[in-house]
Amino acid sequence: MGTNLSGKAVIAGIGATRFGTLPGRTTISMNVEAIRKALNDAGIEKDAVDALYVKCPTSKFEMMYGQRIAEAIGLQPRIGGVWDSGGSSNVIMISQAIMAIEAGQCEIAVVTFADNPKSGSAAGYSHPRGEDALYGWFAVLSSYAMIARRHMGELGTPREALGAVAVAARRHGAQNPNAQLRKPLALDEYMDMPPMVAPFGRDDCTLVSDGAAAVVVMSTERARKMGVPKPVPVLGFGFGQTGWDVTQRPDMTSTQAKVAGETAFKMAGLKPKDMNVAQIYDCFTITALMTLEDYGFARKGQIADFVKGGNIEIGGELPINTSGGLLSETGMPGMQLIHEGVRQMRGDAALQVKDAKHCIISNQGGVMHTHAALILGQ
Amino acid sequence: MNTTVQTKPKAMLPDPDINEVSKPYWDALKKGKLTFQHCRKCGNNWLPARGECPKCLEADWAWHDASGKAKLISWVVFHRAFHPAFEDRLPYNVAVVELVEGPRMITNIVVEDAEKLVIDQPLTFMPAEEQGHGIARFRPV
Repeated sequence: MGTNLSGKAVIAGIGATRFGTLPGRTTISMNVEAIRKALNDAGIEKDAVDALYVKCPTSKFEMMYGQRIAEAIGLQPRIGGVWDSGGSSNVIMISQAIMAIEAGQCEIAVVTFADNPKSGSAAGYSHPRGEDALYGWFAVLSSYAMIARRHMGELGTPREALGAVAVAARRHGAQNPNAQLRKPLALDEYMDMPPMVAPFGRDDCTLVSDGAAAVVVMSTERARKMGVPKPVPVLGFGFGQTGWDVTQRPDMTSTQAKVAGETAFKMAGLKPKDMNVAQIYDCFTITALMTLEDYGFARKGQIADFVKGGNIEIGGELPINTSGGLLSETGMPGMQLIHEGVRQMRGDAALQVKDAKHCIISNQGGVMHTHAALILGQ
Repeated sequence: MNTTVQTKPKAMLPDPDINEVSKPYWDALKKGKLTFQHCRKCGNNWLPARGECPKCLEADWAWHDASGKAKLISWVVFHRAFHPAFEDRLPYNVAVVELVEGPRMITNIVVEDAEKLVIDQPLTFMPAEEQGHGIARFRPV
């Protein structure tokens, strides 16, 4: 048994660029803007930072990218580099930073991500899947659609349940001035949408977006001493991964959200019913449904009952993706969800959940290969 | 004056990535035979081709003939082509099937209306050819 780090560290600051199309901006430049804003938000000088955790741009891998960011911000960090487990990277890096801080290896960490697939190349999302291009097996979205079909066939999940995720994200995103797609979606419109890779249509799929977002992490004690104005305590985190590709995964309808969520809830000493709001990775509608199921918000196969009737919308039992998520705010892989979790806990979100005390955030990567859960409090 | 109507050259299908380990699989498929790898140490069966058994990590395996019996794990129907070669095939399906011997693989189901397929329904192997390569399709039993 290790030390329980629940509440020992905080997210001290958040900063982001605009989301959408940012032509002419390099990912380095976007990272610097996000970091500058996050440091300003925390009210600290950059020289206090001694760890720099970076998720490499998804659309273009570059060697030693973390060190390029360090150079761009003129930093000599003790710990620095890139972590890649796809879209789970940001929560994992925040958690790794907290563990490093507790172990005395660093004191203040910046975690950052930027990418420009919208004005640059989004080819990475539509490439052949594995060695099977001869069969027409292309694009990330088709692997998620494959999982969705199995979930629908094995557990009887109706398309309306997938639609509920899209409708909630679009309703919330429409009220977020920074959201890339601010067009609400009615369930009828969702049901009538033409298929793209059936059972998915366009509204089941993530946006493609340029943008950057960063956070500052430090100990609760340090934040108090430095007079950080709006620190948000990290109460729990947990991870889980499978190595199996979708085609080989023995159980296609379960995700690593289960083990990650259990670990995070145990660390926080909380249960799903203690969550007042959630930011659930919604790269595709099925991802959010399965994550909620595996976190324990509904019994397996009964997620349709949980999400219907606006239950995951503002005013419902568990509002999710209150700034629009990947389906409406920005297709950025996960950091925007952490930012919205922080705003909800500070009480200054654009679409604030009244009296919200706890927020769970999911990040996941690959095709449900990797998962990380983060629980924030006040 | 050249009055010939210029037609776009037919897009080539992407060739499979055939290497030293997977070559026997593709050679067998060209002869209409579906094979899989069998571990002589632990008895595990798998596809696609790998140098080592993913269960016991040993490299002591052999190619075995598949019975051709399988079941449908899941499938999708492409209404959009992500590669020009598939533009004139829309809509087409791609499926994951599980052979009775255990291995899972990507395939296409030969069926009139893929939306009428059912999870776990029994299938049987149907050899086919695409662009000089043997491939493994399946059809409902």
